[in-house]
Amino acid sequence: MRIWVPVDAAARALGADEVAAAVRACGQQPIRNGSRGMVWLEPLLEIEIDGIRHGFGPVEPDEVAAILADPRGHAKALGPVEELPWMRAQTRLTFARVGVTDPLSLEDYKAHGGLEGLKAAIAAPARIIPEVTDSGLRGRGGAGFPTGIKWATVAKAEAAQKYIVCNADEGDSGTFADRMLMEGDPFTLIEGMAIAGIAVGATRGYVYIRSEYPDAIRAMRAAIDIARVAGVLGASVLGSDHRFDMEVRVGAGAYVCGEETSLLNSLEGKRGVVRAKPPIPALQGLFGQPTVVNNVISLATVPWIMANGAAAYAAHGIGRSRGTMPLQIAGNVKYGGLCEIAFGRSLGEIVEQIGGGTASGRPVKAVQVGGPLGAYFPPALFDTPFGYEEFAGKDGLVGHAGIVVFDDTADMMALARFAMEFCAVESCGKCTPCRVGSVRGVETIDRIASGDPAAMPLLADLCNTMKWGSLCALGGFVPYPVMSALTHFPDDFTGRARRVEAAE
Amino acid sequence: MQPTSNINRPPNTPPIAALAGEPLERLQAIITRHLGDEGPLLPILHDVQAEWGMIPEAAQPVIAEALGMSRAEIHGVVSFYHDFRQEPAGRHVLRLCRAEACQSVGADALAEQVRAALGLDWHETTPDGRLTLEPVFCLGLCACGPSAQLDDRLVGRATTEKLVALAGGVR
Repeated sequence: MRIWVPVDAAARALGADEVAAAVRACGQQPIRNGSRGMVWLEPLLEIEIDGIRHGFGPVEPDEVAAILADPRGHAKALGPVEELPWMRAQTRLTFARVGVTDPLSLEDYKAHGGLEGLKAAIAAPARIIPEVTDSGLRGRGGAGFPTGIKWATVAKAEAAQKYIVCNADEGDSGTFADRMLMEGDPFTLIEGMAIAGIAVGATRGYVYIRSEYPDAIRAMRAAIDIARVAGVLGASVLGSDHRFDMEVRVGAGAYVCGEETSLLNSLEGKRGVVRAKPPIPALQGLFGQPTVVNNVISLATVPWIMANGAAAYAAHGIGRSRGTMPLQIAGNVKYGGLCEIAFGRSLGEIVEQIGGGTASGRPVKAVQVGGPLGAYFPPALFDTPFGYEEFAGKDGLVGHAGIVVFDDTADMMALARFAMEFCAVESCGKCTPCRVGSVRGVETIDRIASGDPAAMPLLADLCNTMKWGSLCALGGFVPYPVMSALTHFPDDFTGRARRVEAAE
Repeated sequence: MQPTSNINRPPNTPPIAALAGEPLERLQAIITRHLGDEGPLLPILHDVQAEWGMIPEAAQPVIAEALGMSRAEIHGVVSFYHDFRQEPAGRHVLRLCRAEACQSVGADALAEQVRAALGLDWHETTPDGRLTLEPVFCLGLCACGPSAQLDDRLVGRATTEKLVALAGGVR
């Protein structure tokens, strides 16, 4: 009898280790897989029955013995996992193996299609960049820059040493796709980075992982060691003439290091201060050398594209948003977790149908898409299709596809203030609009809170300055949550003025 | 160990106690381990903190000299990153997530209650040095908030009772 209990950090936070111990106490050895992404069902125990994996969840340790004794009859039985509505609704390309395989078994990886992309890349290195370009893949970290164009720039640059840097500094609240992928299928990221290295002529790679992700750090380090021993990494990648090796570097709790130029400074051992662009990192990146900086999901999607072809990937999606996006549905939501779907579904479908509305059962008030620097969307904008241009057209951003749901108890002015306060704490200090603007932003919102309506146009003006005058997306994007809160929920701001007046 | 790097100090500041003997050997072993790395400073600082629970001020001139950097540059890096401590934490650290996704499910109220129950404000340590309370901005557990972390143990759907019991169970 094969049994799976996730080793994913979210599953562990909900008691998966205790469930695994209970399975062992019954004399069985569970496989520790990644998470399927149905966080509300974690810990999700899986048992193979007649060759089909059946799910049980959320499981308490003291229920394990009864489940193992009579799986089909147990109240927590969910049926075949692949048949659950959440799973059937998805198009799992990047996350195809996450939750299915043992994350640190290279054999399991290969048995589920792993290394096919790398083999295709080695067979035709000149085809890599055209394939990635034709797939329409855009940077999944938030900026949405076409991955193939970035790679072509690095490939054309002349240098003795080029680098592949994976940005795994996933600091945005509401996002956990990078973490889940690194914990659940780390070989995919290694394969994607090796392909990138072959494509652009880079022989060294770094994965910069935030220190708040100890499980992901452990999984990536272990996987890299295994890949090196197996010849996936090293002087001869899969026996080819291509050299590529990589290592994990750990961040140190600075949110701004998720910005690519800060990240490069941090990797170099400096303060994580933003660099002005140009020069772009593709030409002068790590240690001044041509560098590909890509998000985890961008790089981890490349193996699928190389194995299945650009056209198969580009067949999904809408407009200029091709392929799939691993949505992270979070916050006050009934069914929270990771759901990989093609671009194009409306925000309302995602929140109400896939997410099932709020966990509290109260009406949805706002949804923040794209992390702390993303806009708050009211239900009135729920018809917005999920796509880069579609969200930009509504003064929002897709970002890293974190979707945080708030019910009607949310105080939008407090959230706007929080965004400014967060920016003030995390600003690297290099540019004035961000460093000073965020502090003034907190003060200005406090003036509004104390009933001074004259501060509202001032806040709008300040946001305009920050948006256009900041060096990077931290100061430049913090106006999104602030202005969207002010625009869509004015009563949360002006209502205070009236209440203060009435009290006087 | 000669306190050579004290030349970088402004006038009228007392010289820091130089590291010597066995602690200095431990520090030099850490530095040696990373000297071949590209950009070795952050890996060195992480290892130093793992060893001492903080970045001792006396370690900074030694690292500066080994890397050919000024002591000010090292201090600049140490002070930039939230993770690097200039004072040691308590024996155990409880971190509560304060980010938006956890706020949407009551993290602010939870934090108030936990702070009151433990008698600790942010960044404070119990008088016996047992526990430090810290905020954290996202543990990546956004679909099962509010989330928290006690040392290496992650906690999803945290409640005041659960956290106070966990925090009370560590010595």
